[in-house]
Amino acid sequence: MRTKTFKQGIHPSEEKELSRDKKIESIPLPSKVIVPLSQHTGAPCKPLIDKKDAVERGQKIGDVDAFISCPVHSPLKGKVISIEKHPHPTLGEAEAIIIEVEEDEKGENRWSEKEVDLSSLSPEEIRKRVREAGIAGMGGAAFPTHVKLSPPSGKNIDSVILNGCECEPYLTADYRLMMERAEDCLFGLKAIMRATGAQKGYIGIEDNKKDAIKIMKSLTSGENEIEVVPLKTKYPQGGEKMLIKAILGREVPSGGLPLDVGVVVNNVGTAIAICEALKKGKPLIERVITVTGKGVEKPSNLLVPIGTPLRDILNYCGLKDNAKAIIMGGPMMGISQYSLDCPVIKGTSGILVLTEDEVSEDEEQPCIRCARCVDHCPMGLFPTTLAKLVKAERWEELGEYNIMDCIECGCCTYVCPSKIPIVQLIKWGKNEFRKITS
Amino acid sequence: MKKVAIEEQQKKFFLSVSPHIKDRLTVSRLMRDVIIALVPIIAFSVYFFRLRAVELIITCAFVSVISEYVFLKLRRKKLPRESSALLTGILLAMVLPPGLPLWAAAMGAVFAIIFGKQIFGGLGYNIFNPALIGRAFLMATFPVLMTTWTHPFTLDTLTGATPLGLMKFQHQTTSISNLFWGNVAGSLGETSVFAILVGAGYLFVRRCIDWRIPFFYLATVAVFSSITFLFNPMYGSPLFHLFAGGLMLGAFFMATDPVTTPISKRGRMIFGIGAGVLVVVIRLWGGYPEGVMFSIIFMNAITPLLNRYIKPKILGGR
Repeated sequence: MRTKTFKQGIHPSEEKELSRDKKIESIPLPSKVIVPLSQHTGAPCKPLIDKKDAVERGQKIGDVDAFISCPVHSPLKGKVISIEKHPHPTLGEAEAIIIEVEEDEKGENRWSEKEVDLSSLSPEEIRKRVREAGIAGMGGAAFPTHVKLSPPSGKNIDSVILNGCECEPYLTADYRLMMERAEDCLFGLKAIMRATGAQKGYIGIEDNKKDAIKIMKSLTSGENEIEVVPLKTKYPQGGEKMLIKAILGREVPSGGLPLDVGVVVNNVGTAIAICEALKKGKPLIERVITVTGKGVEKPSNLLVPIGTPLRDILNYCGLKDNAKAIIMGGPMMGISQYSLDCPVIKGTSGILVLTEDEVSEDEEQPCIRCARCVDHCPMGLFPTTLAKLVKAERWEELGEYNIMDCIECGCCTYVCPSKIPIVQLIKWGKNEFRKITS
Repeated sequence: MKKVAIEEQQKKFFLSVSPHIKDRLTVSRLMRDVIIALVPIIAFSVYFFRLRAVELIITCAFVSVISEYVFLKLRRKKLPRESSALLTGILLAMVLPPGLPLWAAAMGAVFAIIFGKQIFGGLGYNIFNPALIGRAFLMATFPVLMTTWTHPFTLDTLTGATPLGLMKFQHQTTSISNLFWGNVAGSLGETSVFAILVGAGYLFVRRCIDWRIPFFYLATVAVFSSITFLFNPMYGSPLFHLFAGGLMLGAFFMATDPVTTPISKRGRMIFGIGAGVLVVVIRLWGGYPEGVMFSIIFMNAITPLLNRYIKPKILGGR
């Protein structure tokens, strides 16, 4: 049988060998952590503590009474030194709690692992604990997880997909998690199934991660309701819509959500966070990231406290002299960073350092209508036409070409021989289109 | 110590926009590859038509590049960094009769660049294939010169007639092996099917062209001419239609011009089928013995329409 996949997409060089065999390790405690009050999609938190307050590791320090939001916790023991605007990896600048880290004798021991029988937990209880633990999607979008686990009445969820594709080149954090913490992963999946009432669970893994597929398969061999699905290695295989199409053959309707076709998709990292929240009562205060790229001395997979500044992490891994750009996330959708003061947040999947010869900017040439963007768009759009309409500021025509269906994966820009920043133009067009249609 | 080093480095960090990595393919490389793919065809044309081929190719290439340069200078526009004008010049030479006077070829090249491409706004904006516009202009202006053919090697003009002309007006057939190797009368670059297939192979290996247009174009001609052949063998066999005239050159080098062909996969399929039907209709029932140029120009004309109405189904769309 052919490996399952979606139509079109691209095959960028994988570059995962830099860090794929590096075991997850911890880093020395940072002296200071920066906890942004907005690390998720939705309403930002309000601080629950004041300047000079002492905070414990795992203490809730920010929350807000809104459905689409989730609390933030202190990643380490310490003292609040200020609450101020601070460089933020995705928002440019945002309100953050800055904590001076202190010696912590209890450390990890404050949480003990208890066996949990999922059937004894009600879906409502799981959602509550997930929210209290401050869990947001760890694949990058950081959508509050408890919201995903709350299907609106009338929507029946039959399948949960665990996303282990990690289709972005370079990144290996999810791979390491599946290799080293497969059981927690599986527990997380079962918890999500319990919370949503889904009967079937799938773990989608790209076939460049054969070991992970093997481990997951042997772990689930006795379970009828869970299936490990090897997927073709192709970007953006890990996009929600592509994943659902590949595994279940269902298409999320234009403008709709996965739950419209009875599916909930979660990242493997999120599943592990859910497992920790349920078994230990431990909130989301640390995560695994890949620090990689040709500009890094020692590519690694690291378990870092949320709020750790980029500087501490890059000091630990070492920057090469030819380092040119620092990207938070993968090379396809990650965000270029302007300050090493930026902290790691819940949605940070990796830190990628590109070298001088990798970021050379080519001058833009006229579009020759070669249609490579059309032939590779995983959504079946006309990126070239959209880019031209945006350049001409013909906003009202963008709807005819389904601009809002663009998932911003960047395949169009990757393949463009004229080096036109198509996806950036489309993002701009989406903003303008929203304005005229609302 | 290390901290200081990072601090210093921070000043020169470069802010790129996603995606931060890109495919290495560039427009310049595409143009260069198409020119490289033309090398075997140029070589065969020089072998068959000797100095005439050399003179025509150099004239067309030179005049094309100069016309573009002058036009852009006059409009105070930036000069291009790719070699599409050179490519247009060579392609134009490939579709001219070997006996054409150089001044006429030069006029064709000027017309191709100025009216085929630049007045639309330059590369990427033209509606019609510039080389074919140059040829169409010469056909309309100098019909006799453009239909006077010479034999390979001897360059004898008195008895020259193309295989399609022989079939249409004298009911003579030409051997398939002569058509395959190119030892027949015809435009410079269209006679040798062998050389064109070698060049086309290179285009595919270098991923310069999509298979759809050449495939549907040739397949349509093959199917359509098989049917007519069954009804009346005088119309010529499908293999004859595939190998004779400018079909092969047109299918791989003209109908694959990205600028003037549809952007959707289905649109390209329709383009190929439409052009294939037109070629056979013109060859068998039209006033001209050959219809490749008109078939492609006509399909170029309806390409904006195809781009507007033939869209792929989007994921999750109806």
